[in-house]
Amino acid sequence: VLLSIICSPPQNYPLYIRSIPTENELKFHYTVHTSLDVVDEKISAMGKALVDQRELYLGLLYPTEDYKVYGYVTNSKVKFVMVVDSSNTALRDNEIRSMFRKLHNSYTDIMCNPFYNPGDRIHSRAFDNMVNSMMMQVC
Amino acid sequence: MEGLTLSEAEQRYYCDLFSYCDTESTKKVASNGRVLELFRAAQLPNDVVMQIMELCGATRLGYFGRSQFYIALKLVAVAQSGLPLRVESLNTVKDLPLPRFVVSKNEQESRHTALYSSDADNPASYSGVIPPPPGRIQVKKGSVSHDAVQQRTSTDQQESTSPVVSPQQSPPTSPHTWRKHNRHPSGGNNERPLAGPGPFWAPFSEAQPGSSTSSDPIWSGHSPPPHQENWVSFADTPPTSALLAMHPASVQDQTTVRTVASATTTNEIRRQSSSYDDPWKITDEQRQYYVNQFKTIQPDLNGFIPGSAAKEFFTKSKLPILELSHIWELSDFDKDGALTLDEFCAAFHLVVARKNGYDLPEKLPESLMPKLIDLEDSTEVGEQTGEVGYSSSPAEAPPSKSPSMPSLNQTWPELNQSSEQWETFSERSSSSQTLTQFDSNIAPADPDTAIVHPVPIRMTPSKIHMQEMELKRTGSDHANPTSPLLVKPPDLPEENKMSSSVKFTSGNTVNGYSSSDSYASDPEQIGSTVTRQRSHSGTSPDNAAPPPPPPRPHPSHSRSSSLDMNRSFSVTPGQQQAGVVAYPPAVPPRPQPSQGAGPHVHRPVDAEGLIAHTSTSPQQIPEQPNFADFSQFEAFAVSGVNKEEEDEIETHSEVLQVEKPSDSASSHRGAKADGRVEDKAPANVPTSAGKGTTPLAPPPKPVRRRLKSEDELRPEAEEHTQKTGVIAAVLASQPSIPRSVGKDKKAIQASIRRNKETNTVLARLNSELQQQLKDVLEERISLEVQLEQLRPFSHL
Repeated sequence: VLLSIICSPPQNYPLYIRSIPTENELKFHYTVHTSLDVVDEKISAMGKALVDQRELYLGLLYPTEDYKVYGYVTNSKVKFVMVVDSSNTALRDNEIRSMFRKLHNSYTDIMCNPFYNPGDRIHSRAFDNMVNSMMMQVC
Repeated sequence: MEGLTLSEAEQRYYCDLFSYCDTESTKKVASNGRVLELFRAAQLPNDVVMQIMELCGATRLGYFGRSQFYIALKLVAVAQSGLPLRVESLNTVKDLPLPRFVVSKNEQESRHTALYSSDADNPASYSGVIPPPPGRIQVKKGSVSHDAVQQRTSTDQQESTSPVVSPQQSPPTSPHTWRKHNRHPSGGNNERPLAGPGPFWAPFSEAQPGSSTSSDPIWSGHSPPPHQENWVSFADTPPTSALLAMHPASVQDQTTVRTVASATTTNEIRRQSSSYDDPWKITDEQRQYYVNQFKTIQPDLNGFIPGSAAKEFFTKSKLPILELSHIWELSDFDKDGALTLDEFCAAFHLVVARKNGYDLPEKLPESLMPKLIDLEDSTEVGEQTGEVGYSSSPAEAPPSKSPSMPSLNQTWPELNQSSEQWETFSERSSSSQTLTQFDSNIAPADPDTAIVHPVPIRMTPSKIHMQEMELKRTGSDHANPTSPLLVKPPDLPEENKMSSSVKFTSGNTVNGYSSSDSYASDPEQIGSTVTRQRSHSGTSPDNAAPPPPPPRPHPSHSRSSSLDMNRSFSVTPGQQQAGVVAYPPAVPPRPQPSQGAGPHVHRPVDAEGLIAHTSTSPQQIPEQPNFADFSQFEAFAVSGVNKEEEDEIETHSEVLQVEKPSDSASSHRGAKADGRVEDKAPANVPTSAGKGTTPLAPPPKPVRRRLKSEDELRPEAEEHTQKTGVIAAVLASQPSIPRSVGKDKKAIQASIRRNKETNTVLARLNSELQQQLKDVLEERISLEVQLEQLRPFSHL
């Protein structure tokens, strides 16, 4: 079970949501929404040194109700949140990191597209493909 | 255009029609207005009308001159009678009824068959241009039909689409028609969205091979600017109209534009696409058009179009942003937010395709992939030819990346092609053999070997080849040895083997030749793995192969040093037999004597030839044996024999170097040398030494000596034989080379030194062991005495 959400500041409305499986999506949405607070908290806690890639990866935000939430923030304060099933013990931190990195790369590619207005929902097919493949790997 | 021959009735009819249409009495009928009505009244499908217009050249002209008009009318008649629209039919179909125009005054007209006699002088320059039959009609039609068509097209874009469609039916014609129309547009129907430019466009591409070729020249002349207009017009007017607008600017562009514009005519497009082998191919005209468009944004063809400019440009196409976004994703290959020429062309092509109804692919088709610089096509920017050569795979199938777009040397990210090329290079440059050989060589830690190391025998691919060749020549045995050597240096099962191999190698390395000599002898002993070698040895392989100047010739081996080392190695081999122990690390137990020889050869002597040949592992062997030899050499006092052997080896190596066969010879020699060395060690030193000394001079001599030593050497016989055989062969085959001789001498001397050293060491060892044996025996005796003393008691 995996759910990825990309939220952009400042209002933190989601730019992209994809979950596998697709049921219970609403629950995940809620989870992600609540986790945004945690993300913000971590960001503010970091202070000024936010440039580091490491710091971009926020790690396990909090484990709750048999799933874990991971966070990642970009330099432009775009937040990536990933919810993983706790039963999915195969996922290690490194893998999560790599997934976030891929997400970030794809997101950057989308940003490069002049036809994309920042703040729009992400409809890129390439991005979808990437996310799908990533999720398939996990599930 | 062919001259239209109108019957009298037709003439009258047409004249009337023309007058009717020529409201302004200018003798030119614009595409709009009456002509259009007239054509519409003909109740022909739009595409047919379009085709007619094209054929008559009206599109080209932009208006219908009398001739064009007449042609158009005739074509209408032709079409109405169900005949395919062809230029030829204008004149050939004799009894066409007059074109029937339902709406207008046309009873007469309808009665008349539109058999134009072509007054065709229409600007149908197309006719000239469009040689192919399909284009005939177009040609003939000239401006009149063109105008008419244009008029019509402007009025009903849908109609335009239909005419466009019809061309499809006769693909060749249609494209032409379109083309002409495109050209014509300049004439007057700028605003005529040639219905279907899109569809036509597609046909264009289809017809590329055919008619397009003819029209291409014409087209090519036009610059894409119109296209730009088309784009604009797209935005403003229905695509078709926009296309027409383009006419004046550039026919080509127009056509392309039209085709694009006519995105409305998806059907046609689809049809067209079906005829394509590769719908994603960019035709020359299209390419030219794109390039021109690119220039309008970015004059430097090698430069980039920034994302914002591209966005503006493509937004004009009125595609939904989502699709544009997707197109961008596909075409911005390097994801840099800017478009190079190839990227731009790909994007443009995708836009055009999309407007024509094609679905956007998920992946960038190969034909659209930007080509890297290293691709051949990449150099033409505006070349249209490149496009045609696109892979003909079905849409979206990326048949081949390169051809698609001749790309300027832009900073494309290395595509597969380039990467492949790179890969090949790398692969070529480093052969596995060489690599392995190196590794094997590294084993021994002899200082000599260290010296040898620098001499990358393997480095020289030629050597490798030589080795291989040697191997082949010498027989599979060699080959095996080399490879095994390479692969399993440590495989030397026996120390002897190793030593022998080492010897060989050392010998080889040292002298290449000298070693081969010894090898030659060895092989015989060794046995039959290498018959050739043996034979060589028989024939004084050393002599035969005194493998031409020791590897020196090959840069890879720093022969001089290597030679010495080889010599020492070669020397040691002889010694080795006695001092086998010393060589353990040596080369992979010689996977084969030849192998050992090989390596030796290589190394020592530039035996490049030798080394390469001698055995697959020559390289490996040499290194290993060298190492071993070196160590041995150091360990053992350099024996005179060694030196001799070295000399031989050197000579051999030299010889080998010279020729590939020499490689084998060197390998032989190496083997021989090893053999020799070993043989010598056992105490044939004097004899071998004798041999060894000679080597330099006549390679054969060393070979001979080697042979002898080989005889003496049994254990390694096989290996040696192989090597020696090879060496012998090599030696025999190669004339000694003075230079190599000199090198051989050095190598031989070095090897001799080494062998001597090895001998010394072995001798010492021997003496020690003897001493130990004595002690032990004494102890035993004492113990026995004690036992006996005690026994009597037992007896008692």
